[in-house]
Amino acid sequence: MAHTLEQSGLPPVKPPKSSFSLGKLWTDKKSRGIIIQVIAMALFCAVVVYLAGNVVENFQKLGKPFGFGFLKQESNYDINQTLIQYNSQSSHARAAAVGIINTLLIAVCGIILATVLGFILGVLRLSKNVLVNKLTYCYIEFIRNVPVLVHILFMYGLMVHALPHPKQAIVVKETFFLSNRGFYMPQPLFQPLFWLVVAAFVIGIVFAFWYRRSARIKQAATGEQSPVFWVMLASIVGLPILAYVLSGMPINWEYPTQSRFNLKGGMAIKPEFMALWLALSMYTAAFIAEIVRAGIVAVDHGQSEAAMALGLPRKRTMNLVVIPQAMRVIIPPLTSQYLNITKNSSLAIAIGYMDIVATIGGISLNQTGREMECMIIVLALYLFFSLTISFFMNWYNKRIALVER
Amino acid sequence: MPNTSNAPTQNYVPGEHPDLKPPIGQTGILLWLRKNLFSSTFNIVLTLATLYFLYLVIPPLLNWLVLDAVFQAGSRDECRALGEGACWGFIDKRLGQFTYGFYPIEERWRVNLTFLLLVMAVLPVLWEKMPKRRIMLWFSVLFPFVSAWLLLGGFGLESVNTDQFGGFMLTMIIGVTGIVFSLPMGILLALGRQSQLHFIRWICTGFIEFIRGVPLITLLFVASTMLNYFLPPGTTFDLLLRVLIMVTIFSAAYIAEVVRGGLQAVPKGQHEAADAMGLKYWASMRLIVLPQALKISIPGIVNTFIGLFKDSTLVVIIGLLDPLGIGRASLSDSKWQGLATEVYVFIAIFFFICCFSMSRYSIYLENKLHTGHRI
Repeated sequence: MAHTLEQSGLPPVKPPKSSFSLGKLWTDKKSRGIIIQVIAMALFCAVVVYLAGNVVENFQKLGKPFGFGFLKQESNYDINQTLIQYNSQSSHARAAAVGIINTLLIAVCGIILATVLGFILGVLRLSKNVLVNKLTYCYIEFIRNVPVLVHILFMYGLMVHALPHPKQAIVVKETFFLSNRGFYMPQPLFQPLFWLVVAAFVIGIVFAFWYRRSARIKQAATGEQSPVFWVMLASIVGLPILAYVLSGMPINWEYPTQSRFNLKGGMAIKPEFMALWLALSMYTAAFIAEIVRAGIVAVDHGQSEAAMALGLPRKRTMNLVVIPQAMRVIIPPLTSQYLNITKNSSLAIAIGYMDIVATIGGISLNQTGREMECMIIVLALYLFFSLTISFFMNWYNKRIALVER
Repeated sequence: MPNTSNAPTQNYVPGEHPDLKPPIGQTGILLWLRKNLFSSTFNIVLTLATLYFLYLVIPPLLNWLVLDAVFQAGSRDECRALGEGACWGFIDKRLGQFTYGFYPIEERWRVNLTFLLLVMAVLPVLWEKMPKRRIMLWFSVLFPFVSAWLLLGGFGLESVNTDQFGGFMLTMIIGVTGIVFSLPMGILLALGRQSQLHFIRWICTGFIEFIRGVPLITLLFVASTMLNYFLPPGTTFDLLLRVLIMVTIFSAAYIAEVVRGGLQAVPKGQHEAADAMGLKYWASMRLIVLPQALKISIPGIVNTFIGLFKDSTLVVIIGLLDPLGIGRASLSDSKWQGLATEVYVFIAIFFFICCFSMSRYSIYLENKLHTGHRI
């Protein structure tokens, strides 16, 4: 500016002596940003230091050491459903492991059942039959708008009060027993030769996917189609069965039996697990149904019309045109539903299913008085689960995302 | 119609056809039935199967809920003697507790008054064409403080301890407080996450992802067991307040993500135009960006509120007496044992009414604003 003024012959205006002033720091966008960040960082550090100081002081006052050594101590409590070896002499770390496995079990089972139910409900909701459509709508709306904890408690009440005592258990062919102590079924006892069946299964899967890939390449090159579905079915299901029969049926079944007061032997699904599993799946399925419906509706009608105009049969229209496009809309919200199931499984504690919150965050916490350490473990584990699921779903989502020009 | 042989032989002038009725089955209820319920063999089977299913389910349900139910009774045995259905007599006897928890009976008018004021505070927010809306909105802003005074007492009113709060009143307190405070906090977090300033962005992102990654129940456990460690030794504060803080930051993190979706949907040109007008950051956010972003994210925000309202039931696990807690406590009364189903159905109906109306309101808003693009 000063430069042009001098050129124009006007009396020179005195430029400000120093271009630096405190006010300018604030008016300049860049320096203001830095100032704000420095202040925020200072505040953040101050808060962290203050809280940490409080924690240290509190620990000193209570005379408690901080550390995870207690995990090696004996836990002194029982867990009624375990997938790994566990008894009351096991360590707290072992109890935590049982809890983690139980959480994962309920999450995986819940995700599978909720997805199946959700897709069925979503398709029913799209039915052209008004009766089916409206009935599904009423069901979904009712389930969705009632808290999941009420579902869980209600389902548990049904399992415990409405099902008969073990003495009058509902029996199917002396093999399956349903009572308020749980659902009993035969337990497989694997014989040494069983590894042959497992090997056959693995080989079957590998072969099936190799076959599918080569069939696709062949179709792309020559247009010839191969019976992919049947070959895959034969190799994944047929091969293990063949191996099972040939190796002399290496599974013995241990059947449950009714004793005086209880059922014995076999494999049992406890009522806590069943209640939690069914309630979580029902609740989440209602949300998934809406997601599925929205996804299918979002596919433009012109797409299926175009597919039909090309002469694709109805089934192929669905499989090749509508569903792939719908999946793009469905996947992101579906991910958050899967995360919700995992997180909601923590409500297990309300009915005494021993998941991670109930073991390490519940009984272990109360027994050892290590609130800080136990809660840190629980929070870290949930963060780990959530981040893992969302990582995989993001990866899948990216894979199927629309590649634009 | 190509075949007109039945019609009287007569040449019609276009536009002067006699008014013949359309064939039966092409209009009205018959057409509707045929189109919607009996269009194909598969559809007919589906319709009949559904009708049969309804026949199996509806009559017993209706009998249990209403027709055979007992509405007035003194104990469970009395109920069973009077009818086969649900024993609503139990709910009837405990309605006071289900609504107010253990709030002192002679002070219950304060809760009622608060509820009335809540309705008055909510109306101007929801009803856009309300007369004198501006003045009423000021009341809405003041409402949280007025209600806190009314419920807690002090300053001339008898003070009531928060551990006496319970029932639906507690649900409403948690729900309303969470909604009121989590919205502004969520918006700030969303803006922070979108900020150009790295440090602010990192803090906000870390906070949001942490809260969203863990279940609410673990946060409530943190509030009830671990929070005291972070306070200066010897200090402690009310459990309900701790829970309210946790619920608020929990739903704020979710709202932040919804609002972020809205912010991302606002075209970049809008930001640039605001900059070109010389607007400062806050002015451009307040006047240009946020109105558009919030409009898009309203359905998501309401959904988060519904979730928050439903999640308020979790407080029963850390020992607060929400309706579920009251229900459990009342069920241990030997006179009324074994009526869990009634309690849960009653609570389910309450939540259904609240949450369903919220979701209908959100759909209404969505249609009214009709932005044309969604998140």
